[in-house]
Amino acid sequence: MAVAVDVRLPTVLRPQAGGQSTVTVKGSTIGDVLRELVSEFPGMSGQLLNEDGSLHRFVNVYVNDDDVRYLESLDTPVKEGDEVSLLPAVAGG
Amino acid sequence: MALHRSSLDLIGDTPLVEVSELSSNPAARLFVKLEGQNPGGSVKDRVALAMVEDAEKAGVLRPGEPGQVLLEPSSGNTGIGLALVCRVKGYHLKVVLPESVSPERRQLLGVWGAEIIESPGSEGSNGAVRVAQALAAVHPEWVFLYQYANPANPRAHYSQTGPEIWRDCPEVTHLVAGLGTTGTLLGAGRYLKERNPAVQVWAVEPPAGEIVDGLRSLDEGYIPPIFEELGGSELLDRKTVVRPRESIEWVRRLADVGIFAGLSTGAAMAGAARCATQLGDGEQAAIVVISADGGWKYLSSGAWTGDIDDVAERARSTIYF
Repeated sequence: MAVAVDVRLPTVLRPQAGGQSTVTVKGSTIGDVLRELVSEFPGMSGQLLNEDGSLHRFVNVYVNDDDVRYLESLDTPVKEGDEVSLLPAVAGG
Repeated sequence: MALHRSSLDLIGDTPLVEVSELSSNPAARLFVKLEGQNPGGSVKDRVALAMVEDAEKAGVLRPGEPGQVLLEPSSGNTGIGLALVCRVKGYHLKVVLPESVSPERRQLLGVWGAEIIESPGSEGSNGAVRVAQALAAVHPEWVFLYQYANPANPRAHYSQTGPEIWRDCPEVTHLVAGLGTTGTLLGAGRYLKERNPAVQVWAVEPPAGEIVDGLRSLDEGYIPPIFEELGGSELLDRKTVVRPRESIEWVRRLADVGIFAGLSTGAAMAGAARCATQLGDGEQAAIVVISADGGWKYLSSGAWTGDIDDVAERARSTIYF
C-alpha cells in the first residue's frame, strides 16, 4: 500500500525541487518513491535512476539511515513515518 | 614492553578493549580496537607505511635518495600518517587537504613537516582528490600513492588489522567501522569472513554528501576504485549513515569508560548500537568496532564539553571522517 514519506534531499538536488530540502512523495517501495520523485521533479531524471530503471551509481538512498543497496535495493519497502534520505556518493578518508 | 628500533615499528598491533557496559542489549558484547594508539595517532598509519613500503619494494621510491616527492589527497589522517612515515624516511610530502578540516589536522601535518596544498572546502574530499589528480598529471616525477586506488591500503588491513582482531576476539560476529577510502572494511572484513563466513561487516558513514555543496550534479560523485575493484558492495552486509549529533553523544559515552576517541569512532559506536538492537531472538553477538583515531584532533570542536546542539551544528561543516 502506498504511503506518504518524507524524502530529504542533498544540496545538489534541491534546485530541481524548487529549493526544498524535504519533499513528501507516495510509494510502497523505494523504487516507487524514486520514480514518483522523478515524475514530480523531472530535473532529477537521470540523476537518480538509470535509463534501465536501476539506481544511479553515485546516489545513495537511505531508509531511516540504512543504505537500501544493502537491504532490498529498489524493492525495499517503505512504511508510514519512514524517512528517506538521498546523498551523493563522495570521497572520505 | 619490548624495545623498538624505530617509531615505525610501533605501527599496528593495537589494543582491543571491551566496552560491553555501553551495550543496551545484554546479548551483545562490544569491543573497541584503539587505532589511536598508533604513533601518528590513527588507523591510517598502517596504510601510510604499507603504501610507502610497497612503493619502495616496487622501486618507485628509493630509500635514502634525496629529493623524492610524494603527493596525496587526504582529509587528514592518511596525510598525517604519511607525513610521519615520510619524515622518518626522508621523503618530502605534499598533502592536498580540504580547507574545511579541523585546525588540529593542519597542525599535525606541520609537526611532521608536510607541505599543505589546499582544496576548496565546499568540495570536501572529492575536491582534494580532484586537485591531487590534476597535479599528479602535470608532475609525473612526484610519486602519487593514491590511497583510494592503492591495493596496499586494504592489504594492510587484510594482513594486520583483520588477523589482530581474530587473534584477540575469535568470537567476533560483527565488524563495524567507518567508511572513508573503504580500505579498513575491505581488508579486515574480508579476512574475518574468510575465517568465519558468518561474520557480518557493517559500514558507517557520515552524511558527508549533505554538506558537500560544491557538487554541480550527482555525476560528480566518487566511489573509491578499490571498493569497486575488490567487490566492496558484495562484502558489506549493511551500510548506515550516522549524523554528527549521534556521533558526539557516543564519544561522550566512550569517555565514561575512559576512552577518548575521535568523532568517527562515535559514529561507528552508534552503528554498533543499531546493530545490537537488531539481533534476532536468542542471538548472541560480539561486535568489534574500529576506533580510527583518538580525540586529540577534535578538541577544538568542543565535542566533550560544549553545548551539544552547537557542537553538532559546527560538525556539520567540518570534515571529521
